[in-house]
Amino acid sequence: MSLDNQQQERRRPDRAALVIAALLMVVSLIIAWSTASHGAGANYARVGPTTFPYVIAVAFFGLSIWTFFEAWRGDFPEREKQEISPILWIVGGLAAQMLLLKTAGFSIATGLLFAATARAFGRGALWKTIPIGIVLAFVVWIIFAKGLQLSLPAGPLEHLLF
Amino acid sequence: MDTFGLLAQGLLTALEPMNMLYALIGVTLGTAVGVLPGIGPALTVALLLPVTYKLDPAGSLIMFAGIYYGGMYGGSTTSILLNTPGESASIVTALEGNKMARAGRGGPALATAAVGSFVAGLIATVGLAFVAPTVVKMALSFGPAEYFALMILAFMTVSAAFGDSTLRGLTALFIGLGLGLIGIDLQTGQARLAFGIPDLLDGIEVTTLAVALFAVGEALSVAASRGGDSTIQAIKGSVWMTREDWSRSWKPWLRGTAIGFPIGAMPAGGAEIGTFLSYSVEKNLAKKPEEFGHGAIEGVAGPEAANNASAAGTLVPLLTLGLPTTATAAIMLAGFQQFGLQPGPLLFATNPQLVWGLIASLLVANLMLLVLNLPLVGVWVRLLTIPLPWLYSGILLFATLGTIGANPSTFELGMLLAFGLLGYGLRRFGYPIAPVVVGLILGPMAEQQLRRALAISQGDPTILVHSPIAIVLLLLAATAVLLPLYLRARGRGKVLAQLGANED
Repeated sequence: MSLDNQQQERRRPDRAALVIAALLMVVSLIIAWSTASHGAGANYARVGPTTFPYVIAVAFFGLSIWTFFEAWRGDFPEREKQEISPILWIVGGLAAQMLLLKTAGFSIATGLLFAATARAFGRGALWKTIPIGIVLAFVVWIIFAKGLQLSLPAGPLEHLLF
Repeated sequence: MDTFGLLAQGLLTALEPMNMLYALIGVTLGTAVGVLPGIGPALTVALLLPVTYKLDPAGSLIMFAGIYYGGMYGGSTTSILLNTPGESASIVTALEGNKMARAGRGGPALATAAVGSFVAGLIATVGLAFVAPTVVKMALSFGPAEYFALMILAFMTVSAAFGDSTLRGLTALFIGLGLGLIGIDLQTGQARLAFGIPDLLDGIEVTTLAVALFAVGEALSVAASRGGDSTIQAIKGSVWMTREDWSRSWKPWLRGTAIGFPIGAMPAGGAEIGTFLSYSVEKNLAKKPEEFGHGAIEGVAGPEAANNASAAGTLVPLLTLGLPTTATAAIMLAGFQQFGLQPGPLLFATNPQLVWGLIASLLVANLMLLVLNLPLVGVWVRLLTIPLPWLYSGILLFATLGTIGANPSTFELGMLLAFGLLGYGLRRFGYPIAPVVVGLILGPMAEQQLRRALAISQGDPTILVHSPIAIVLLLLAATAVLLPLYLRARGRGKVLAQLGANED
């Protein structure tokens, strides 16, 4: 069967999975190091605030080794090819919203996120999607900040009208 | 008071106009998110958590439960008409339901799914009302050691027992447990893993993590893979079932309920398992097995009933033990905690009105859902025609709204972005999502119980295996990890892989 052949071909070290194994190891070391450097002084109970973190650090250590072996044997599922640019658009949109939220206010920041996401899914024309997004976010802001008393940051646009 | 008396009192609470309104909002939202691919009940409840801070606890919880039930109904519509399950528990429905729709029998398929869900929801909710007091009585005798064992069992079944890899399930669980460590230790007040960042002292917000993993991660993953287009099957012919349809459906409904409810009630993971079991049972019992794979109505009726029955079943451990076994239940638990309520045996004693009102409201919600999903099914179908760019732009708008509403800080949005990338990575490499959320919420509770148990025994770890109940629970937990490993090693892993779908 062709499926089996493909699987035979795949059975070689999976580099991305090896990176995951390394990351898990790093997490394990960070938890252990952080617990060791802050944990002193509270040792009056045998099972104190440091016990659980150590257990989890050890578990991450074990999972890292296990992942390493599965990665080496190529046991991870096959992955579809991914396009990078949609990811960059969405991440960019989220980053823009994060950075602009305080200064530009909810509507403008979120409108940019809206347009960037639409772009990631193939709806181009930013000059059209940005205004749509801002208007939509502004309506949402009115409903939730004014109607439901949610604390959504206001910017120039919100101050202009309220 | 007996169960009927309590349930009747609960019904009075549930029938208050405000609570009816909350239930209606809940089931409508739930159906909508169930229908829309890409968002599920877990994400919706997470998004609503910050919005409901200032609302009435009973009403909010009734709304959350309505969303949960509604999601189960709505998912079947998407499965049948689009062949893309709206949520994971409807995967099986797509097998036969979409074939029926292609053969021009979409109407009866939707009808049997809706009526089956109604029947199952009704029976299972009554089942919940009767089982809950018994479990509560049992749970009152549980000490910290038993609770700890119970949580270990829940961890193992949620992460390792099903799905296609024990390793990836466990890794996802420990990511959640690790994130749960961050913040101030509840017993000693010591900061852990906060790295001197004040924003981290309060711990990781459940809303932020859930929204990031489910909404941002999903959007990234769908955008990056650009899946093939699927076509919506128009509903042709009558929506109503023929006499033959009825006679072929009612037994699968009851069998599906009988399978789904216990599976949901045990701390044994999501609703998917019951649907797969029900499907194979119906296939074996069918009078016309040759129709399976070509649109057999039994294959829609049984799994849909099982799916709703197990949703009701999931509420048994959640309400009686405070133990969430699905991502949605985990976030509902966070909803309880937001109002200062801790689900568990004590809640039945301290706040019976709320608990029984919630249970009774499920009956009301079920009835509403039947009305929403049979005559109004055409409205929901139109939701499926929303183009993906607008759908996901909208999802991200509301996702960030939820996070900003909970905590309007740049740091929180940064975490949203970071966890969103984590969610994308998890999806890309085949890691399940639900164990991360369950780990974050249940991890700190398990640690508390463990430390309480050891404080009682003055540090002697044998207290953990001192009672027969604890031993049995821990043995079950060990089985949940080791048996699948063994089965996979023997090449039987395919069945398990089918059983463990991602909950969204």
